[in-house]
Amino acid sequence: MRSVIDILDLSTEEIDELIETALDIIADGKKYSEKCKGKKLATLFFEPSTRTRLSFEAAMYELGGQVLGFSDSGSSSASKGESVSDTVRVVSCYADIIAMRHPKEGAPMVASMKASVPVINAGDGGHNHPTQTLADLLTIKREKGAFEGITVGFCGDLKFGRTVHSLIGALSRYKNVSFVLISPDELTVPSYIKKEILDAKNIKYYETTDLEKAMPELDILYMTRVQRERFFNEQDYIRLKDSYILTPEKLKNAKEDMCILHPLPRVNEISVAVDEDPRALYFKQALNGKYMRMALILKLLEVQ
Amino acid sequence: MIINPIENGIVIDHIKAGKGMQLYNILHLGELSCSVAIIKNANSVKLGKKDIIKIDEVIDLDLDIIGYIDPGITVNIIRNGVNEKRVNIEAPERITNVIKCKNPRCITSVEQELPHVFKLTDRENMVYRCIYCESKAK
Ligand SMILES: [Zn+2]
Repeated sequence: MRSVIDILDLSTEEIDELIETALDIIADGKKYSEKCKGKKLATLFFEPSTRTRLSFEAAMYELGGQVLGFSDSGSSSASKGESVSDTVRVVSCYADIIAMRHPKEGAPMVASMKASVPVINAGDGGHNHPTQTLADLLTIKREKGAFEGITVGFCGDLKFGRTVHSLIGALSRYKNVSFVLISPDELTVPSYIKKEILDAKNIKYYETTDLEKAMPELDILYMTRVQRERFFNEQDYIRLKDSYILTPEKLKNAKEDMCILHPLPRVNEISVAVDEDPRALYFKQALNGKYMRMALILKLLEVQ
Repeated sequence: MIINPIENGIVIDHIKAGKGMQLYNILHLGELSCSVAIIKNANSVKLGKKDIIKIDEVIDLDLDIIGYIDPGITVNIIRNGVNEKRVNIEAPERITNVIKCKNPRCITSVEQELPHVFKLTDRENMVYRCIYCESKAK
């Protein structure tokens, strides 16, 4: 019985396998419409995240399975003080697989230690969100054909952005991937990621504050939001916020086939005028998330 | 300074200077009824300065805790005045309920009954991380 708590719980071979399954689902979804007949997914969302929950639920329905669960802790036993351990022990009696979101870091790990069914981490605070990374990887694979040799620019809040950290970790396992880390000085990638991943693996990267200057090099531009509350003072925020908002003008010097990704929800970091650009792939990325969740559910349930 | 040699007991030697008291506390040596001596800043060929703890009784020691505090420590078991056994300490792969995770966003901060488990993720630099939230032990 396997659980997936961290993207690095999956080997690159397993990720390849999941991508292959997802591509097959995209090619012929009908073939999969009864694969999980009679199986139940429990979505245990101790904090609301409508998009992620709907994606998991849609994934299970498209596999012919059923879904039960709760969508915020107010309506669950957790509000009565029940522990994560007890909740998943009970839910293990009713469901064949669990997708769990929790505001506290490590809660899905606790769940996986106590559950008798596989647990998928659907986001634990600012820590891990492996199925988001799977969505990112499928999107890159579909658009670029391979991970090897690509240059990925991450832009925005690189200090607290867990999706950025996970994707850096996942892509660092492929050959000749290089990174451009674009952020205000206040929000650079934490030093342990530079030391333990980038330097340790001899990965080519540089840091800059200038998005437009870096633009022509990028094969992928991964946008994240710069949040007001991350700044010590309001002036710094006002001074910096616009430089990390993506507009059609800033895309002038971008490659014709660059991909713009964003984990969503977007607030204002990508101007809506960019949505019409064929390089804007963030909605497709959300759809890819559903396919990867389907592939992951199949894998963890060991459905052939 | 002279502390009488012990007949039956334990000498915890080669403790990095300054860590003796921390080790004394974490091993709960204050709760023992036998005599316990902490020698601070003793001269050491190997370390320059070191701390030493002498316990006047052979007790069960948690070697994992000692290895977590400082894997350079040596533990000598003395019986009938002779050094019967010298135990070399290694940094343990995992420690349970020795230290607490201090990350306020960690699940252990709200679920009190969970064991606080840390695993060794970098032996060279002695980095321990919480198994739940991966925060570094401080
Ligand atoms: Zn922790």
